[in-house]
Amino acid sequence: MKIVLNGELCEVQAMNLAEVLVERGLNSRVATAVNEEFVPSVMRAGHQLRDGDRVEVLSPMQGG
Amino acid sequence: MKPFYGTQLPSRMMLGTAQYPSPAVLAQAFRASKASVATVSLRRESGAGETFWRMIQDLGVLILPNTAGCHTVKEAVTTAHMAREVFDTNWIKLEVIGHADSLQPDVFQLVEAARILAADGFQVFPYTTEDLIVGEKLLDAGCEILMPWGAPIGSGLGLNNEYALRAMRAEFPDVPMVIDAGIGLPSHAAHAMELGFDAVLMNTAVAHAGDPVEMARAMAQAIEAGTKAHRADPIEARDMAEPSTPVIGKAFLT
Repeated sequence: MKIVLNGELCEVQAMNLAEVLVERGLNSRVATAVNEEFVPSVMRAGHQLRDGDRVEVLSPMQGG
Repeated sequence: MKPFYGTQLPSRMMLGTAQYPSPAVLAQAFRASKASVATVSLRRESGAGETFWRMIQDLGVLILPNTAGCHTVKEAVTTAHMAREVFDTNWIKLEVIGHADSLQPDVFQLVEAARILAADGFQVFPYTTEDLIVGEKLLDAGCEILMPWGAPIGSGLGLNNEYALRAMRAEFPDVPMVIDAGIGLPSHAAHAMELGFDAVLMNTAVAHAGDPVEMARAMAQAIEAGTKAHRADPIEARDMAEPSTPVIGKAFLT
């Protein structure tokens, strides 16, 4: 399945959001959103992905 | 000092974590500034998130995540939810930007986003303008703190509209208020304190100074001086001179 992960189109084997994070090595301290909707960490395993889904994976960064 | 959502801050300095020449300088600047709060953001994971997270933990200060770069209510609310999970805090510095060049807040969307977030248990620190009525609406929406700008973010212009900031301070004497953005010099920070504001939030003024650590130290001293000056009840400015040396008893020598 192809998804848009942090703005880049990529092919993943994973079927749900939790598996995508593991597959892409994004298993540190992150927050997730799918199609512009927040998905809390406890909901990731139950969140099935579909072809073309837009996934955002955000982490702590410098800010003012 | 007034508590910020029930938390007594050990200092009146809130400092941003962006744009320092190095992580080491950032850490030294934080120590020199005596900042009690660090602002942070969320960005796409690039592998650096965990390192940055550990570094800010080591600063030993409170964390205030922002919604920087958000232009709509939805974007800001979603970012706030993501920040709450990542940073494990209900505090959110709410920014909803309305103008690309001035980064002026879109106060209409700001109030709406603040209402949604406050109802959802967030403790909102709204980055707002010096508009009194917007301040009232934000308080009505559930904010217990106001953060009016001094001048546009990164401009270093100081307090552009002292009249309105004075009016705001007088209108909301019991509300913790922070001058957020526009500080460029220690004199600006002292100015904010002299007007009776409770804290200042800055980033560029320190991070982009030639010597960020020395500037952080200067800011801390200015905040301390301004706070003491406010407590000491300064004199009113006046247009005409008033001799300080007694006139009575002056010799007749002309």
